[in-house]
Amino acid sequence: MSDLERFRAETRAWLEENCPPEMRQPMKDEKDACWGGRNWTFKNEAQKQWLEAMAGRGWTVPDWPKEYGGGGLSAAETKILRQEMARINARNPLNSFGISMLGPAMLHFGTEEQKRHYLPPIARGEIRWCQGYSEPGSGSDLVSLQTYGEDKGDHWVVNGQKIWTSYADQADWIFCLVRTDKENKYQGISFLLFDMESDGVSTKPIKLISGNSPFCETFFDDVKVPKDQIVGEVNRGWDVAKYLLGHEREMISGTGGGDRAGSLGAALVDTVGKDDSGRLDDPMLRAELARFDVDALAFTAMSERFVDEMKAGKGHPAQPNMLKYAGTELNKRRHALVMEAGGSDALEWESERSSEGVRPRAWLRTKANSIEGGTSEIMLNVVAKRILELPGA
Amino acid sequence: MPLYLNEDQAMLQDSARPFMAEQAPVAHLRKFRDMDCKDGFSHDLWKQFGEMGFTGILASEDDGGLGMGHVEAGVVLEEIGRNLTPSPFLTTSVAGVTALNEAAASLREKYLPGIIGGETVLALAIDESAKHRPERIAMKAERSGNGFKLSGKKQFVVQGGSADALIVAARTGGSAGETDGLTLFAVDKNAANMSMESARLLDSAMAAHIEFDGVEVTADAVVGEVDQGWSVLKKVLAATRVGSASEMIGVGSGAMDMTVDYLKERKQFGRLIGEFQALQHRAAHLYSEMEIARAAVLKAQQLLDEGSDDAELWVSIAKAKAGATSDLAVREGVQMHGGMGMTDEYDIGLYMKRDRALAEFLGDANYHANRVAEMSGY
Repeated sequence: MSDLERFRAETRAWLEENCPPEMRQPMKDEKDACWGGRNWTFKNEAQKQWLEAMAGRGWTVPDWPKEYGGGGLSAAETKILRQEMARINARNPLNSFGISMLGPAMLHFGTEEQKRHYLPPIARGEIRWCQGYSEPGSGSDLVSLQTYGEDKGDHWVVNGQKIWTSYADQADWIFCLVRTDKENKYQGISFLLFDMESDGVSTKPIKLISGNSPFCETFFDDVKVPKDQIVGEVNRGWDVAKYLLGHEREMISGTGGGDRAGSLGAALVDTVGKDDSGRLDDPMLRAELARFDVDALAFTAMSERFVDEMKAGKGHPAQPNMLKYAGTELNKRRHALVMEAGGSDALEWESERSSEGVRPRAWLRTKANSIEGGTSEIMLNVVAKRILELPGA
Repeated sequence: MPLYLNEDQAMLQDSARPFMAEQAPVAHLRKFRDMDCKDGFSHDLWKQFGEMGFTGILASEDDGGLGMGHVEAGVVLEEIGRNLTPSPFLTTSVAGVTALNEAAASLREKYLPGIIGGETVLALAIDESAKHRPERIAMKAERSGNGFKLSGKKQFVVQGGSADALIVAARTGGSAGETDGLTLFAVDKNAANMSMESARLLDSAMAAHIEFDGVEVTADAVVGEVDQGWSVLKKVLAATRVGSASEMIGVGSGAMDMTVDYLKERKQFGRLIGEFQALQHRAAHLYSEMEIARAAVLKAQQLLDEGSDDAELWVSIAKAKAGATSDLAVREGVQMHGGMGMTDEYDIGLYMKRDRALAEFLGDANYHANRVAEMSGY
């Protein structure tokens, strides 16, 4: 037996023993996920057990080095772990912007001291992070941001407003883009970290068309940020931000396939019903679902290829833009089809039977997928310019 | 297995890419089209395929081949697609060799050396109607003495007219619609009572309509087991479908590259048309679809090479996705070339024609999306 085969067998056995049955059911929506953090209350005992078991092995972040709370696994081992988790439909033990966004940037740009200080609590789900990028006037055009950090010697004093700060009302810390030089557009932004309980930070949720409020407006009023809470160099935060955006786009694109590799048509059989020949009882919808399944499964192959290539240092650095575009457009299609298949049942907004309108709310939520983290149009611009090298601005 | 070409596969690509671009670029196809060649491909080039080792990629080393897999065959097919290279590679080295790999030693010895040497050409006689419906094969193979007598009709037999032998699927039992009772035969081109009418297709390839009027074959001509042909046919179809998906990736990439280049040089309204966002977005969307389709095809090939239970599903995903995507590539290509795209002088139209033929070969995108639904249980 090769080392990898042995690793697979051991992993399979360990997951079998440690993943509670409740954590092998698909999640209904984002609210079902475990987010961790100082104020987190576990939805049930299984969620807590699962997080502790996985974090205990460093498997919330299997490919991070062990000294930073990771599992120290190789690329091949990480892939096997993912495959074995998928095999039993194991949920992600922890949803975390610390893992998907800040962590990779910290590993790349952070000092040794910062890595040892900030990363292990992320891996254990103890500190929940949010992202302070967008501002009311700076959405996809991030470089125009205005939030300003004034240099006061050993600290900055930050003033300004952020918007679309996902779950800021529940986060412990924020990683934030702050202008530290008003003269330079790109090279005048710094990447700062600070506690959301710092004096002068206030946040309030923004209610969306889905009726939910995952996003917030966040205000900074003379917030004091110590100088050692910067990642990368002063005024070079754009490099960190760009690196991180690549990971964010990859994460958002995952909503299109990645985690949900199965057949959507098969999942909707009970909802729609079958005809006498055993086919979905709506030939036009069946055809649409079949085309969707082809596209969604093909996309999972693309995601797999991207991860494999990235681990091997291959592939074009602008590929995450393509993944983000394709993945989010697919996710919108997925939820539109779920609505169509659901018929009038899927219209119910407030009823126990509909789990308080989980389908329409999720459908409406997906409309943001192709806006947040850079719009689909911006993604296509980047692909056109950086990959296809088409001329013009 | 990581989802990209390994070092050996990348090396094969490094030799196939310049070979095809230099020996058989689109100009080569034009030459054969314009001289109205009856075969539609160059036997000299086929010989060169043999010298390069491409012909025996799927044949075992014991049989004198390279004992490689579908990923490697796909590497060659993608370059064939990119250059619109006319060749019998797909019907012979993919379909034919996959069938022969399931055949008795006598049949392998009869055909494989010639195939590997770039001399022998095989063709696949499956379809009996304009749409691909292999389960509905009705052609009869009745026992006769020590062998069989074949009666019925086949169509869309690509390279049929120039093939040294045909792999023919016929019924020794059961009835149309059943998978039991099928048998595969290797039928020599000179067999009596076989009449063939070749037609040039839109992509300049030749495909035959064949009538079998009591064609006699010996028991030695059976590929695999009598009545158990479906299991062999399944392998042949999987290999050839994923192969044609690879070729379509090549066709789509070739069309896309040509189009992107055109966007960078063609001026209208005093600007390069590639500066217009309307075209940039469509080109970027096409790129995205091409990358996804390419990943799906490679995934199907890897699973097929691993002998995975998921391979069948992924072959259909690959053929459906590659079909829809290369169709997008050639449509956008002709449209973005404007009036030039409609001229015979520009190559982009040739890509559209080749793509249409490949899309239809062994099941179009709808056929395979339907199979994905069936295999998924709806």
